[in-house]
Amino acid sequence: MAEHRKRARGAAAAAAAGLLAVAGCAPGGGEGPAGGGDLAGVQLKVAAKWTGVEQDNFEEVLAGFEEQTGATVSYEPTGEDTGAYLGPKIEAGEPPDVALLPQPGLLAEYAEQDALVPLEGDAAAALEENYTDYWRELGSVDGEAYGILLKAAHKSIVWYRPDAFEAAGVQPPSTWDDMVGTTASTLSDSGTVPFAMCGASGWTLTDWFENVYLSHAGPEKYDRLTAHEIPWTDDSVVQTLETLADVWGEKDFMAGGTDGAVQTDFPTCVSQVYGQQDAAMVFEADFVAANAAEAGAAVGEDALAFPFPAVGEEPPVVVGGDIAVAMSENEGTQELLAYLASPEAQSTWAGLGGYLSANSQVESSAYADEFTQELAQTILDAGENVRYDMSDQVPSRFGATEGRGMWSILQDFLRDPGDPEATAEDLEAAAKEAS
Amino acid sequence: MADTPQPPPGAAQGAPPGAEDEERAGTLGPPRWLSLVFLLPALLFLGAYMVYPILFSVYRSLWDAAGTQFVWFDNYAEMFTSPGTFIALRNNAVWVVVAPIVVTVAGLIFAVLTERIRWATAFKLVVFMPMAVSFLASGVIFRLVYEQDPERGLANAVITTVQDTVSPAGAYPDARPREEGDLPALPGGGYRAPGEVSAGQGVAIGLVGVAPDDLPGDAAPAAEPRPGGPDAITGTVWLDFTPGGGGEEGAVDPEEKGLPGMEVRLVSGGEVRATARTAPDGSFAFEDVGSGAHTVQLSERNFTPPYAGVTWLGPTLVTPAIIGAYLWVWAGFAMVLIAAGLAAIPRDALEAARVDGATEWQVFRRVTVPLLSPVLMVVFVTLMIYVLKIFDLVFVIAPGSVQADANVLALEMWRVAFGINDQGLGSALAVFLLVLVIPAMVFQIRRFRREGS
Repeated sequence: MAEHRKRARGAAAAAAAGLLAVAGCAPGGGEGPAGGGDLAGVQLKVAAKWTGVEQDNFEEVLAGFEEQTGATVSYEPTGEDTGAYLGPKIEAGEPPDVALLPQPGLLAEYAEQDALVPLEGDAAAALEENYTDYWRELGSVDGEAYGILLKAAHKSIVWYRPDAFEAAGVQPPSTWDDMVGTTASTLSDSGTVPFAMCGASGWTLTDWFENVYLSHAGPEKYDRLTAHEIPWTDDSVVQTLETLADVWGEKDFMAGGTDGAVQTDFPTCVSQVYGQQDAAMVFEADFVAANAAEAGAAVGEDALAFPFPAVGEEPPVVVGGDIAVAMSENEGTQELLAYLASPEAQSTWAGLGGYLSANSQVESSAYADEFTQELAQTILDAGENVRYDMSDQVPSRFGATEGRGMWSILQDFLRDPGDPEATAEDLEAAAKEAS
Repeated sequence: MADTPQPPPGAAQGAPPGAEDEERAGTLGPPRWLSLVFLLPALLFLGAYMVYPILFSVYRSLWDAAGTQFVWFDNYAEMFTSPGTFIALRNNAVWVVVAPIVVTVAGLIFAVLTERIRWATAFKLVVFMPMAVSFLASGVIFRLVYEQDPERGLANAVITTVQDTVSPAGAYPDARPREEGDLPALPGGGYRAPGEVSAGQGVAIGLVGVAPDDLPGDAAPAAEPRPGGPDAITGTVWLDFTPGGGGEEGAVDPEEKGLPGMEVRLVSGGEVRATARTAPDGSFAFEDVGSGAHTVQLSERNFTPPYAGVTWLGPTLVTPAIIGAYLWVWAGFAMVLIAAGLAAIPRDALEAARVDGATEWQVFRRVTVPLLSPVLMVVFVTLMIYVLKIFDLVFVIAPGSVQADANVLALEMWRVAFGINDQGLGSALAVFLLVLVIPAMVFQIRRFRREGS
């Protein structure tokens, strides 16, 4: 029901935007809405991977820009593989004006190819005002700012089914040892498989690795490994893999055993927990909420989440997200970016739901529900220790390609976690090859 | 690039009239330039969509990933040294050898058999129907068919149903002792109560790992294990887990239930003396056990896990599984072509063979197949060309974690060109694929020529 209503709202907004655009084009329609209409007649293209409700919400945010400026913004969905969509467009010299890149690695690649336009004017100022140093650096290549982290995904939470926890008499764990020890074994004793794994989707495995690594080795080492300043054969990597084997090596801890874990993709693993109720926990980002709701659970009641437990001293906070970049010098491109980076636009978006901002000016009260407010607060609180998803920062052929690099090596490790050293060597070899 | 179709018949047949034109130049028929004018649209189209892309791919394959540096044959060297290409090449070889043969044979069998049945057209329609489904949709269908979970995957649902009828699963596949070693495991599965018992004693066997919903409906609160009569050994098998936690481990707590229907054996001297089944409250009793020490065992039959089915989409079976899907799609195509060929076979040849006393098998083997061989060849070679460039089914059916194991050249090309954005290496792979298709194409074109003349 809620979804329908949102869709309808999106449609209404789009229709309104269409009317405005017509008004903007009409002869003599000089007096535009507040903000000028100074971009009347300008056509902009924005490409991102969002579809469905996410697309509707984003279009509603874009409608705000159309209203302010009179420009027409059209949205193109890129499909799951943004790189595969943009690559040929760049080669052909017809990229969209603004693209949402899912990986900083891609940003660096395109910046090297001169396919990006650096942020200027209002857009650069908006980045400066609203974002902390870490996020500014993340979107920069060689000191030049290109990108704005527009939509964040909180990747350090474990989703669970409270009724399964209740039946087993366990509480959400706060340390890794508790989670793989008491919590998992008690759940297993009670007849519920502790974890659903999404092994067929390689990126979920890299997320496991990153969280354990960040908490185990600390943010500094995390950055050095990301930059490949320390080799993947480093002890910290081997120890992280050994830690992961606490879960990955226990076939009784994973729904469907090892075979099931490797073959289950995201979001099937979510429905294993909330739909079929075959397992008690699934680790993935905040966006699991949408899939849990689809599987029939009421988020906040039947579907709850706890922070990824601390492996070392501090629990990790890993964030992913989509970075907005300018790919053309067309009129209005920088204005659109400035608008998107503004707290107003992002607060609107936050109110629509399914959105998390890394903007320090967006207050947590802007979010529609308590859960998202808490998530936003953890990002703001973790401050300097937040890290962006590692696999998305390394070259994409190592960190973000189906059947290659980290994805396939960690899948092999999930299939047989017997030899962490050999896996670390494989990772090192793949990292070298990709750099 | 690689999917160069056969040149339209017009191109091949255009030559002879042209040659004749030259002989009769200036005499009869339309002028030579007119034929060129008529050919022009086709030529332009072929040039823009066939020749130019091929040439550009060859050219692009000599440049690096970004397209800025000329690297000669580095991409080809990289291609032949990368392990990814080897797996792809190996799988392509399997595909080219197995798929056309299997599909042609299946088509032949369907075609010959449908000749003899009543509802031949209806049957043909059904077999041919998958051709009307797009490869992508077929892939999605078979991705589901091959799903591991028998609740979702059709293939495993069939297999597990058959298997579980033949050897049914135990009532408690998930039940296990709390800690490994609490109850010593028996060599063939099943568990043994620790220590030895003799008449007059009671045994408590606590198990965990059974979800409350999985308990049989008649399960009742577990009975406290009490010593029975002087000649009896009694005991309780129960679920040693209090819902919601709490409860004392190893003791029967009020909320804990018995495990009914558990097969319990009394063993002494290596022989089974008696077998009993637990009551709804989990209690069991062996009467008149006599003197001496016994052990109490839980039979392995209680714990037989349900058959999990075949791991179709694991690294080993994924390619055969996808070939199965390919067969489903293409069998109809082979059948229709072969059936058409079959209809054209002179009936008198078959009649003559039968009159001479040949059995039906001999007629099929010695007369039908040889007469059909030109058609079979066309089907086979056409399939070979299609199989070489197989992409969609592999892309859709293989889950991400086995995509590398199911890889084929066309998929590798896509993965390289658009996955890691190296269009240089991708073009090299495309050119390689083209080279592999050429022999089959040449063969096909020659055949058409021979048939035309």
